[in-house]
Amino acid sequence: MAYTKRSDGRKFEQAREIKAKVGVVPNADGSAMFSFGDTVAIAAVYGPHQLHPQHLQNPEKGILRCNYNMMSFSVSDRIRPGPSKRSTEISKITEWALNKSVMIDEFPNTVIDVHIMIPQADASTRCAGINAASMALAHAGIPMRDIATSVSIGKIDKTLVVDVDKAEEDYEGGEGPTDIALTFLNSIDEISHIQLDGKISTKELKEAVKLGREATKKIYEIQKKALKQAVEGSR
Amino acid sequence: MINISNLTSKRIKEYLAKGKRFDGRKLDEFREIKIECGISKKAEGSAEVQIGKTKVLVGVKMLVVEPYDDSPDKGNLMVTAEVTPMSHPKYELGPPKFLAIELGRLVDRGIRESGYIDFDKLCIKAGEKVWGVFIDVYSINDDGNLLDASFIGALAALKSAKMPVYDAKEEKINYDKKGTKPIPLTKNLPINFNVYKAGEVIFLDPSIEEETASEGKLTVGIIPEKPIRICSMQKGDTMEISPEKFGEMLDLIEKKHKTFIGEINNKIDKAIKELK
Repeated sequence: MAYTKRSDGRKFEQAREIKAKVGVVPNADGSAMFSFGDTVAIAAVYGPHQLHPQHLQNPEKGILRCNYNMMSFSVSDRIRPGPSKRSTEISKITEWALNKSVMIDEFPNTVIDVHIMIPQADASTRCAGINAASMALAHAGIPMRDIATSVSIGKIDKTLVVDVDKAEEDYEGGEGPTDIALTFLNSIDEISHIQLDGKISTKELKEAVKLGREATKKIYEIQKKALKQAVEGSR
Repeated sequence: MINISNLTSKRIKEYLAKGKRFDGRKLDEFREIKIECGISKKAEGSAEVQIGKTKVLVGVKMLVVEPYDDSPDKGNLMVTAEVTPMSHPKYELGPPKFLAIELGRLVDRGIRESGYIDFDKLCIKAGEKVWGVFIDVYSINDDGNLLDASFIGALAALKSAKMPVYDAKEEKINYDKKGTKPIPLTKNLPINFNVYKAGEVIFLDPSIEEETASEGKLTVGIIPEKPIRICSMQKGDTMEISPEKFGEMLDLIEKKHKTFIGEINNKIDKAIKELK
């Protein structure tokens, strides 16, 4: 049976309910919460500060360092606490996705630390994490070229959908699920991150990227609104 | 350790000696405590606890595990704490440091020794399969007293938890079915008190600066029977306590526990009610 109706009743191009808020970790220089439905990410930014040990320092520019981790109780089968291959890879991919958005050249010998935690997961956690991290960087007042916005596009059987949830990720009918995580830098309109698992034609993939761009434009507005509210709130 | 100047430390101690604190609290007064349950739907039970600006997330997961050899017909408990670099700039990435291990151990001991979890009822098949209760604590923002926040979070997560459904035929947990039964708990609801000492002054709920200025703490797990029963204890750090001061610490706990336990329980019950 073709995938004609989403399990939670959403339209194909509709993301789950999005919540975005900054200032959730008072100790941090910047912080944010971002959620797609039941997928929740918290991000905290510390820095720029002096990087130790000294041999890691770059005298020409600063370094962005991301650390993504899921909480052990964020999924049905408990995850052992501590880093895994998966979390290490996502940390790096997050770093790459955000790198060009931050003007780190201005801070030689320093590091900006971004910590991302997932307390509750229902697929697309890396996208929620990148969105939270980008907001936290802006909230920290770090000079930025751009805000990064991330979303997952799925091809469930033959149907393209925005913001894949766990039920869709596990879909077994027809051509099965294809999960594409995408991040765009909004104002320069470029892809800063893409990952794909599944099988898809080039034609469909091009369509998926277009769909992702449209979706991220809407999410970007929500990120901006939350940041503006925080600024107005503090006045 | 957090970098606060010796001068700040000295001033905090001078204040405490006069019975005063920087934020105007009494020596045995807590900052505002907020509890929210159900912060993670995938956990069997979960809670966010805030004490002032200190914030922790705690989740309970239940797994089917092999019992320990010395308790073949009892469920078991595992408490793990992560003091995350998210929660304060002084914490670094890497394997758990002593602070995180101590935090997990103190929460574990307070719950285990009180007999609050009815481990006898967590046996599925003696010698082969029992329920394991996994409590995981994450610090989100450390503004002092992660210990009390974590313990309260563990209580709230346990009390709000629903057992997952075990499929005996398939010999695994069926996560598609929603659990309805609570974790078997006894009436021995414990509470941990962390009494801090700076000079000759003893006080509760330290801010992060007060924590650093203090010489150490006495962690005491109690059950609120009449009279109260002490179930666990550990002195933390190198501080010295005279027998008289030790007596004063116990008196402080005895005086404080009645209102405090009532307040915590009410807040947990209210948070559970709001869940439904």
